[in-house]
Amino acid sequence: MEFVDYYKVLGVNKGANEKEIKKAYRKLARKYHPDLNPDNKDAEKKFKEINEANEVLSHPENRKKYDKYGKDWMHGEEYEKARQQQSSQRQYQGQQGGAQQGFSEGDFSDFFESMFGGARGSSRQSSAQFKGQDFNADLELNLKDVYESHKQVLTVNGSKIRLTIPAGIENGQVIRIKGKGAKGASGGPNGDLLIRFSILNNTSFKRDKENLYATVSLDLYTALLGGEITVDTFDGKVKLKIAPETANDTKVKLKGKGFPIYKKEGKFGDLIVTYQIEIPTKLSDKEKDLFKELQKLR
Amino acid sequence: MEKQNYILIKTLCIHYKVEVSFIKELDNVGLIEIEQLEDDEFIHETRIGDLEKMIRLHHELNVNIEGIDVVFNLLQKELQLKEEVLELRNRLRFYEE
Repeated sequence: MEFVDYYKVLGVNKGANEKEIKKAYRKLARKYHPDLNPDNKDAEKKFKEINEANEVLSHPENRKKYDKYGKDWMHGEEYEKARQQQSSQRQYQGQQGGAQQGFSEGDFSDFFESMFGGARGSSRQSSAQFKGQDFNADLELNLKDVYESHKQVLTVNGSKIRLTIPAGIENGQVIRIKGKGAKGASGGPNGDLLIRFSILNNTSFKRDKENLYATVSLDLYTALLGGEITVDTFDGKVKLKIAPETANDTKVKLKGKGFPIYKKEGKFGDLIVTYQIEIPTKLSDKEKDLFKELQKLR
Repeated sequence: MEKQNYILIKTLCIHYKVEVSFIKELDNVGLIEIEQLEDDEFIHETRIGDLEKMIRLHHELNVNIEGIDVVFNLLQKELQLKEEVLELRNRLRFYEE
């Protein structure tokens, strides 16, 4: 376990008085408080560090112990004595009340746990019950996976969670699963699990919300004279009639052939097909002559 | 008003160890909405998460009611901007693919 310089964490010198420590803690807490920095893991980590530092430095007894054995506590004979006294220390802290922040005791560093037994003892604490911390998780899925609603089992912090992923979920969208976060403080309700979806598109379609876009090649003769072609949609093939004299970049909307609309079961967006006319290459002499004849007619 | 989805203010105050006046003050500035039913006052369960946040800001950071109002307005703006950024990112991805 790594030695943690609590003075450095709070940005105060070793001779700082209680008032200076309190001031430094409050300033940093206002900056890094998780409620003011939602979804910011760095701020959350920093907030835990400054809380840990404050837990030690704002208590004269803890501070004394830290100052005395801090850096070399592992070799100090006295440390052993201090360790034996931890049970009475815990009892004292227990009287002060339970956790108040949205994180558990397990969030303290190994260094803190070894020095102070992992118990908290801030004088500002009360035994009010608070909801546990929200957990965040990322889930990567292919576009095809979210075309239909499906069930998936996730393992988060060792526990299995059955989840129904609704069709049409967006890239970057977050869904909240109630009560699957950290345990509540002092008997408060559990936090929630927030899952952020990352949708990879490895299909030939482009997606804009519920609409899909595809580019289809059309041979010159069908574009000029009209005809019928088969086009791929997300859930199969469809036949399309091509009107004579169809221009390049013509767009055709196939209603209801797009992507499912999120949480609107059975409703779909549109598929917009853009025709790209292919000009024939490697013309034979006969073909060239025929095109020349056509040119003369114009 | 379906009572089952509402929580009694008095119960909340005991649970969170806060004064009723604090909850009423939050209602006065429009940060929460207190509902009256017969002689009792309630808050809807969907607002509990925000209320907890307000209590934490008040207790842990010494933020007063006006400060909480400012914080919540800014957090709301941040959320809107994040949603906008996500939408624009997805749109940009559409052109980059």
